[in-house]
Amino acid sequence: MNRFDYIRPASVPEAVAAAAVPGSTYLAAGTNLLDLMKVGTMRPERVIDITRLPGLDHIEWLADGSVRIGAMVRNSDLAYDARFARTFPAVAEALLSGASAQLRNAATVGGNLMQRTRCAYFHDLASACNRRMAGSGCDARDGENRLHAVLGWSEHCIATHPSDFCVPLVALDAVAEVEGPHGARDIPVDLLHALPGATPERETALAPGELIVALRLPSEAASFSGNARYLKLRERTSYAFAVVSAAAALEIEGGLIRKARIALGGVAAKPWRAREAEAALVDMPASTEAFTKAAELALADALPSGDNAFKIELARRIVVRALNLALEGTPEVMPALPASPFSTTAGATHVA
Amino acid sequence: MSPEIASRTTQPRRHGSNSGQPLTRRDGVLKVTGRATYAADNHPEGMLYAVTAISRIARGRVTALDVTAAKAHPGVVEILTPANRPPLSHDPEEKMLPFGFRVEVLQNDGVRYVGQPIALVIAETLEAATEGAALLNPQYEVADARTNLSNGDRFDTASVGIGMPARTAHGDIAVGLAAATHVIEADYVTPAQYHNAMEPHAVVAEWDGDRVTLDMPNQAMALSCASYAAYFGIPAENVLIRSPFLGGGFGSKAILNGPQILAILAARLLKRPVKLALTRAQMYGPVGHRGHTWQKLRIGTDSNGRLTALHHHALCATSSFDEFLEAAANASLPLYESPAILVEHEGLRLDTGTPGPMRAPGEASGSATLEVAMDEAAVACGMDPLEFRLANYAETEPGTGRPFSSKALRECYSEGAKRFGWAGRPIEPRQMRDENGFLVGWGMGTAVFHCPHFPAEARATLRADGTALVETAGADMGQGAWTALAQIAAEALGLDPDQVEFHSGVSSLPDGGIAGGSGHTASAGLALNNAGEDAIAKLAALATADPASPLFGAGNIGVVARSGRLHRLDDDGRSESYVEILARAGQAEVIGTAKAARDQEAAAAHAMFSHGAVFAEVKVDPDLGQIRATRLVGAFAAGRVINPRLVRSQYFGGMIWGASFALHEEAITDHRTGRIMNADLAEYHIPVNADVPSLDAILIEENDPYVNPLGIKGVGEIGITGTVGAVANAVWHATGVRVRRFPIRIEDLIIGWDTSRK
Ligand SMILES: Cc1cc2nc3c(=O)[nH]c(=O)nc-3n(C[C@H](O)[C@H](O)[C@H](O)COP(=O)(O)OP(=O)(O)OC[C@H]3O[C@@H](n4cnc5c(N)ncnc54)[C@H](O)[C@@H]3O)c2cc1C
Ligand code: SF4
Repeated sequence: MNRFDYIRPASVPEAVAAAAVPGSTYLAAGTNLLDLMKVGTMRPERVIDITRLPGLDHIEWLADGSVRIGAMVRNSDLAYDARFARTFPAVAEALLSGASAQLRNAATVGGNLMQRTRCAYFHDLASACNRRMAGSGCDARDGENRLHAVLGWSEHCIATHPSDFCVPLVALDAVAEVEGPHGARDIPVDLLHALPGATPERETALAPGELIVALRLPSEAASFSGNARYLKLRERTSYAFAVVSAAAALEIEGGLIRKARIALGGVAAKPWRAREAEAALVDMPASTEAFTKAAELALADALPSGDNAFKIELARRIVVRALNLALEGTPEVMPALPASPFSTTAGATHVA
Repeated sequence: MSPEIASRTTQPRRHGSNSGQPLTRRDGVLKVTGRATYAADNHPEGMLYAVTAISRIARGRVTALDVTAAKAHPGVVEILTPANRPPLSHDPEEKMLPFGFRVEVLQNDGVRYVGQPIALVIAETLEAATEGAALLNPQYEVADARTNLSNGDRFDTASVGIGMPARTAHGDIAVGLAAATHVIEADYVTPAQYHNAMEPHAVVAEWDGDRVTLDMPNQAMALSCASYAAYFGIPAENVLIRSPFLGGGFGSKAILNGPQILAILAARLLKRPVKLALTRAQMYGPVGHRGHTWQKLRIGTDSNGRLTALHHHALCATSSFDEFLEAAANASLPLYESPAILVEHEGLRLDTGTPGPMRAPGEASGSATLEVAMDEAAVACGMDPLEFRLANYAETEPGTGRPFSSKALRECYSEGAKRFGWAGRPIEPRQMRDENGFLVGWGMGTAVFHCPHFPAEARATLRADGTALVETAGADMGQGAWTALAQIAAEALGLDPDQVEFHSGVSSLPDGGIAGGSGHTASAGLALNNAGEDAIAKLAALATADPASPLFGAGNIGVVARSGRLHRLDDDGRSESYVEILARAGQAEVIGTAKAARDQEAAAAHAMFSHGAVFAEVKVDPDLGQIRATRLVGAFAAGRVINPRLVRSQYFGGMIWGASFALHEEAITDHRTGRIMNADLAEYHIPVNADVPSLDAILIEENDPYVNPLGIKGVGEIGITGTVGAVANAVWHATGVRVRRFPIRIEDLIIGWDTSRK
């Protein structure tokens, strides 16, 4: 690990000022950053520890029914907040399907949003990677790319964004509150992560030095609470990143779908909102047939980026399943295996 | 002896003291309170940190290292490269018998696999050493990586594993196949797997003149002392290895490796203690792995479902410069009766680190494919897989006709099947669904593992206060040697385990043999037993010769040791305590010693194996293809059980590994570069608790008078065998899809999907 300066600012303005110096990086729980520093993918000269900034660890309910979550709130604390989990069950389920209990206890909301891709070539300094070093090439393109993107990728980068949390967030129109050298602004989470295009090194909409201070979920998102699920396909029952995942939320009235929200995870460099598929469901009777059509639309533009055509078929199927689960209704209690296709199986009594 | 323990004499007592009791680990409290000292927990005064720089190419030459930049980094003390590495007294290209492998210790600038050490950086802190290694920025002359079937060099081999013949033939395969009514023929692939012991390979080396102390996890202390001695040109007794606890070894800590030798060398050069601990990623290369195999099986059966021919061919990967070939096909030798059996192996040279023994070496990979092939043969015959195996049950060792020293496999089959609820299983696949619509499948496999016995020594000291000290250089990798070996010694000494102090895990103690091959409890245990018996015999000699003893004159009749007293064999009422005997004799102690080994005549006359039967249930999501091994039941017969709690835990560990082999575990290589792209525990998947929600291991009783006087076989590895096949067969039974490549993946099971993959 390279030598770096460790800076612990006392306030958000101090943090932003400290991070404005080139070569700086924010440190939250470090569950992603430290791994990247150990392998050398990141070699920051200045590490700005934001874990002790005051006022960033609250969950605040605003008068209009929306919720504002401080960027330092731990993943577990958010998922186990009773009111939050009741109001935004798919978000809680997505959080609990991520990583392990230990990691969730540490990981922060801001860090989860800003975590980097798991593309193995991004982590391997001996490989060419446009995302790590602009213009160096993409060794994943013809490499081990079974789990890489099938939507929105480019010749320059085929990586996926690994977050589970972000998938229901984009489905529910969450917004990130940002403070930076040029003041404060809001960025919808859907616009936070960039598709690679010709500049995969530009991963997010954040300008250098900008800090996510909070995340807001609008009050309208609460209207899905009775029919919202997150479903995640994994290569082991727990503690694995998604092969593909989907968040689905429905508002149903008299057997007809009034509103639908669909987003996919593990398929693109950003959590993938499927707006056309959502639109196709509006005013339709809720049925597997309608869901299948929606899934077709959601994946209409999908293309394998390598050895991963099977992911397109799986993504279609998981959209249909997630919508069907949402239709069945949000479970009374969080499943023992959150987001797992096996969550209905008897035998597992713990949160894994 | 505390009064509390003494008062227990009024309690009903079992005969003997403790073997067979499910004692909890003697080292358990130390471990859960963090006070068990593992190698890397040692920090002698003045210690330096060593970090290896490793190659990122698979083949070629290092043409430049920026030693200047690395040396300039604050805290860096020294950098070893091929240009300045001090001499070693043993040629690293020379294999050291019996288990020595060729190692990379900077003998030249050549690179023969990814992850090979190409320099060693020593610094005042771990951070400085790590950064120093990064700053070396190696430049290479790169040759093409040969890491797969298409570009590796195939070669014929005379031996596999460690000194086993590569080819064994009984009867005539062509005749057997011609006589068959059904022949199944299939190709299977097993991947490279890495040991991934929780504790990385580590060493803290401290020299004092020409003596060296090594804190390191080690499965073969005496052999290692001799090997290190050869490398450093000192007598073996000048090497002291302290290895009280190992955080798993699985075979990877029985063999010397380059990084550890270099760290010891650095400590000698710099005259300061040096610590080296590999990172997780650095464990994918120089410390062995389970080699990639490509296997073909042909099974012929007659109209009654009896085998007419069993042909198992294994192509096994090894490195470009050394040989360790999985003896995979040998798994087909001991289990099923057939007039013709042919097992054969070929080698394939790849630009990888040399494979090595990894928990159930050979058997794991070979049993995986054999048990799937047997399932396919049962299907071809229209028979239930269990019925099919019973129809081909070997009463004596196939081919040789030697009797088994013991074999309670029938009981394993029947008890396992009963506990699992095997009866009524539909013979056709894709017939069962659970209440939630998941596909359900049941599969089974036979487990088998040989039971070697290593020479071992021990010492037992009976002390004037009636307690004992027993000593052997055993290795506890987590299996519970601290507990089970002490139980054996206590039993031989007629004492309660609490009265027995056990010293182990240090090479200066009597040689406890190798902790490998599932043979440690039997080997070190027999030595301890015999040392204990020797001490008791000496104590008895004192008593029976002493006119003042109630045992006077019982020399010919004999005595039995129980609860700290010797009793006349013919008159239980006449007895005397160890304390009294020693006090009257005016002796502070009596010392018993033993060297134990297997009776070679018994070994030659018998086939010796542990056996078992594993039954698996899997559930598969019919649309999404996700798989879960929802229920595993194993029944195992492995001779005498010393501690059922520990034994069950060994079986669980093995069965979990079997599920891992079948469904999760695989090193993924980018064949363009030879680099392993998932060399970390986030991406190299092994099961988590949720993957094995229900495990059951049944201990089948078995008395074996031949394996050794204690009747102990071994339990450490057998659990993997049988389980891989059972899980894979259950996946077939659930889905109707036969996957012949491990691990089975989601995309293999999406019906109607092209399952071809790299
Ligand atoms: C073994 C393993 C398994 C995992 N499995 C999953 C999984 O299944 N699903 C899943 O979703 N995630 C998974 N994760 C990822 C995990 O969710 C992230 O590591 C975690 O959320 C990051 O949060 P953190 O607070 O530790 O961030 P850090 O590691 O501290 O930071 C991560 C990045 O975000 C930046 N950053 C942090 N906070 C802010 C902020 N407020 N504003 C701007 N930038 C910021 C940092 O500079 C850094 O670049 C896994 C991680 C590991 C190690
Ligand atoms: S896919 Fe993206 S992250 Fe991966 S190697 Fe290519 S450019 Fe880098």
